[in-house]
Amino acid sequence: MRLLSIAELDLALGGHLVLEDIHLDLERGEIVTIVGPNGSGKTTLLKSIIGALVPQRGCIDKSPGMVIGYVPQRLHLDATLPMTVSRLMRLPRRRPRHEIDTALERAGVTQQASSQISDLSGGQFQRVLLARALLSSPDLLILDEATQGLDQQGMADFYRQIERVRQELGCAVLMVSHELHVVMRASDRVVCLNRSICCAGTPERVAASPEYRAMFGLDDEDALALYRHRHARPYLEIAP
Amino acid sequence: MILDDFLVRATLAGVGVALAAAPLGCLVVWRRMAFFGDATAHAAILGVALALLLSTSIFAGVLVVSLLMATIVSLLSGKGYAMDTLLGVMAHSSLALGLVAVSFVSGVRIDLMAYLFGDILAVGKADLAVIWGGAALVMALMGWRWSRLLTATLNAELAHASGIDPQREQLILTLSLAIVVAVALKVVGVLLIAALLIIPAAAARTLSRTPESMVVVAAMIGVAAAVGGLQTAYWFDTPTGPTIVSLAAALFALASVVAYVWRTALRIMAARPERSA
Repeated sequence: MRLLSIAELDLALGGHLVLEDIHLDLERGEIVTIVGPNGSGKTTLLKSIIGALVPQRGCIDKSPGMVIGYVPQRLHLDATLPMTVSRLMRLPRRRPRHEIDTALERAGVTQQASSQISDLSGGQFQRVLLARALLSSPDLLILDEATQGLDQQGMADFYRQIERVRQELGCAVLMVSHELHVVMRASDRVVCLNRSICCAGTPERVAASPEYRAMFGLDDEDALALYRHRHARPYLEIAP
Repeated sequence: MILDDFLVRATLAGVGVALAAAPLGCLVVWRRMAFFGDATAHAAILGVALALLLSTSIFAGVLVVSLLMATIVSLLSGKGYAMDTLLGVMAHSSLALGLVAVSFVSGVRIDLMAYLFGDILAVGKADLAVIWGGAALVMALMGWRWSRLLTATLNAELAHASGIDPQREQLILTLSLAIVVAVALKVVGVLLIAALLIIPAAAARTLSRTPESMVVVAAMIGVAAAVGGLQTAYWFDTPTGPTIVSLAAALFALASVVAYVWRTALRIMAARPERSA
């Protein structure tokens, strides 16, 4: 069942075309990852889906009543703002205690409900933001480089958590990532974005495509070797 | 009647402004808009001049000009100049322009000091009605939009994803700021309005664990500064507005010291090995 359908989308920021002729469909329950170099419009695309940016052309069709859970790239909490985890979970809407506990458990942070946000580690904070996004039982979970600043282990754990969440809630996941090696394994479909979509498909097909290799400056040998290596020991090697 | 006592009227005026300033001041501090508050307040003197020239109510003149100022700054931000540069230009040029404009008001002898530093002891019953009306309006707005304002303060995209338009919330904040400036003019004057917003909120920060508790503590500190400052000014015959702000500053220092001692004590307690068992 189709959840989201983007067609012919153009988006300019400051007179500069950032996204051009984007076509993207999302089905219920699938994990789609957007990869691309810096400045390729990945975050802009996510922002247009949540409605923070308005495209100049094209349309974004959402299935009626679709709920979006959003985990931002990096949330800077001003030091002057006191905030506990449980208060953050109640923003902007109040939630019963048991729902908050369930969401925190799903995201893998159960001990920190009464902690100050400023006392959390980067990984814990990302998980709290994930839990907050899960509270509304989203049909679509959007993650914008949610693992930035986490180490390899933290990143691998985080993506495993996402996979579990998808199984439990049956939500679709749309994420942006730099961590090619982890992403390739964790996704049903990969979309390569560089202002326009240059290739898309299963991780295997994308990894083998010349467009993908050209985009990340890999030659044939590199790409194939990396991909195999990735699948053999997905979380241990250093990013290309 | 109890309102016939000028000191009672002054106290009520100070308390009203302090209560409205608490939630607004916290938001201003969290959003790093301290200088924005300053600029809006400084523009108020221009509003005073225009109101006198057009012989309309001072409150209306200040409200309109403050609102205009806040809107201009909002529109210009992110268009070539850094926010602090832009605010520095706007705040001081509007203050200067206001002072020049006041000099054109002929015939009326204006006590400029009253507008620069406030004249809380001269608050009349009508002023009191305006102050409490404005304060109540701001508190109602804050209460109504609180969750949305707080979410938008946290992160604009997070707000969008929850169906909140951060720009609308910014507008509500700007509007509230203009109202508070207009009602606080009589109490502390244009030069010290920003202090009344920021100092109680800053003092409350170290003593709070949630946004709401920070607002409550800021309100208590603001009210204490207003009531205590008024009494102190009365006893020592000092200028009232500056005395209120000085007392708020003293409370800020006290809160910082208390929080520091408390944290140090906790650390020492935590470091000490368990001997009782």
